[in-house]
Amino acid sequence: MSLLEVRDLTVRYGAVQAVNGVSLEVEAGECVTVLGANGAGKTSTLKALAGLMRPAAGEVLFDGRAVTGHPAHRLARMGVTLVPEGRQVFGPLTIRENLELGGFVQTADHTRRTLEQVLGVFPQLAPRLDSLAGNLSGGEQQMLAVGRALMSQPRLLMLDEPSLGLAPLVTGRIFEVVSEIAASGIAVLLVEQNVHRALQIAQRGYVLELGRVVLQGSSTALLADDHVRLAYLGHGMGEGE
Amino acid sequence: MSLAELPQQIVNGLVVGSLYGLIALGYTMVYGIVRLINFAQGALYEVGAYLGVVIFSVLADAGLRNPVLGLVVAIVVASALTGALALVVERVAYRPLRHAPPLAPLVTSLATFFLLMSIVQVVTGAQPLNYPQVLAVTPWTLGPITLAPTAALIAVVAIVLMVAMHLFVQRTRTGKAMRAIAVNRDAAALMGINTTRVVALTFALGGAMAAAGGVLFGVNYGTVTYNMGEFGGLVAFTAAVLGGIGNVPGALVGGLTVGVLSSFATMVLPNQWQEAVVFGILIVVLAFRPQGILGERVAERA
Ligand SMILES: Nc1ncnc2c1ncn2[C@@H]1O[C@H](COP(=O)(O)OP(=O)(O)OP(=O)(O)O)[C@@H](O)[C@H]1O
Ligand SMILES: [Mg+2]
Repeated sequence: MSLLEVRDLTVRYGAVQAVNGVSLEVEAGECVTVLGANGAGKTSTLKALAGLMRPAAGEVLFDGRAVTGHPAHRLARMGVTLVPEGRQVFGPLTIRENLELGGFVQTADHTRRTLEQVLGVFPQLAPRLDSLAGNLSGGEQQMLAVGRALMSQPRLLMLDEPSLGLAPLVTGRIFEVVSEIAASGIAVLLVEQNVHRALQIAQRGYVLELGRVVLQGSSTALLADDHVRLAYLGHGMGEGE
Repeated sequence: MSLAELPQQIVNGLVVGSLYGLIALGYTMVYGIVRLINFAQGALYEVGAYLGVVIFSVLADAGLRNPVLGLVVAIVVASALTGALALVVERVAYRPLRHAPPLAPLVTSLATFFLLMSIVQVVTGAQPLNYPQVLAVTPWTLGPITLAPTAALIAVVAIVLMVAMHLFVQRTRTGKAMRAIAVNRDAAALMGINTTRVVALTFALGGAMAAAGGVLFGVNYGTVTYNMGEFGGLVAFTAAVLGGIGNVPGALVGGLTVGVLSSFATMVLPNQWQEAVVFGILIVVLAFRPQGILGERVAERA
């Protein structure tokens, strides 16, 4: 049984059907990527899986339990976390407060210990704990967003385009951390425009087009696939965009 | 008008201003977290004041004569009941409209204001009600200033409550959750915060503070009237805007400022002009400094 099992997920914004019957699975400890062009429905899928949107149809099972339509705070308590598109750190709050909020579902004691671990992963945040998150650079904010998500000690970590708009050096560090997280046994569902890097980290991938899964397979198979090479790797290779 | 009156007017203004600040807290906290101006706040203040009368008379019937204990019980019970009423208001007038355009909950909050005001008017037969004498009447005198013990008491209680609320928002886990929701409700939900519950709690706290203000008003001025929520609500709203709506310390700063300014106004203008003066302050603030004294936030979009 997979940790996350999604069957025929459908997400709508009024009349707009953003996700149209997507099925996917993530095993415990596995890193899976979801690829797709702008507007393919990647963010909408993650929002529905994180409980920020109620699916119009379909079924979601987490750890064998039906969680379809559960609100985000309940899913967070079960260990499902999303690093949202555009980072969305709490700008007027300090870095420390952001991280503490990340550990909201944990006990205070637990949060103190996890904080040490997270600062170990992102040491550049340590000296700035009491400055405002809004004053950080984009790359630092992304690190904070990932660190904040780690504070909850998730079982499934979903990331929505963590490299978007970041300098290549920072992007490299983010991908490094994501693969470390996956290696530590946390299941990862990674949405990325940087297809090449994403397929290097992930074991498997799904390709979304117009809200449907058009292709799925191991990363090796996807990297070799003609459609993927033509549509996604042609401009995704090398540069972080 | 004589300048000799000035110190006394400042003191009067600070006393009444601390009350306005307490009511303003509800506007500012709700606005800060869900960007709604909850006009029901003025009515909750009035409901709290009337509940205070009821509680005092129940206590008197029960034979409780200790005035200070009575005041504490009245504030706590009136605040709890009004907080519960604010929860109902949130549930029926705000929550169903969460995804509606911002004007919709603004309109229902106004409707709730008029509804609650009418209920008080009908239930009480529009009769003013009297508060019992809680503390000795003999005022303290300090040079040109006289200060009634009750006046000092309400200012102290109001300021203590405001400071407590500030610390609650800044220091506690729930307060941190409130601030997170104020910045980004979805991101807060992703942290595991039950945003619906925290928002409801914010309404309840605002209602509780308004009720505390209502009871303190009754204790200090002796009489409560069926339309006190109109003026009280208006002044407190002005105080919230003046201090910077969404900003908790701003409620105190705005309350004290409006209190002192309208107190000065009574030195040069007849009493009937009070409302006009307060409206004037509101208009001037909105025109020249819509973010208020302490606030960086922009004014309501609607
Ligand atoms: N709030 C919204 N209201 C209406 N339609 C929306 C909304 N958000 C997204 N959509 C539509 O849903 C579809 C899928 O959008 P989504 O954001 O999920 O795509 P995406 O794959 O994440 O794209 P991107 O790569 O640009 O982030 C698009 O057609 C988009 O226009
Ligand atoms: Mg997206």
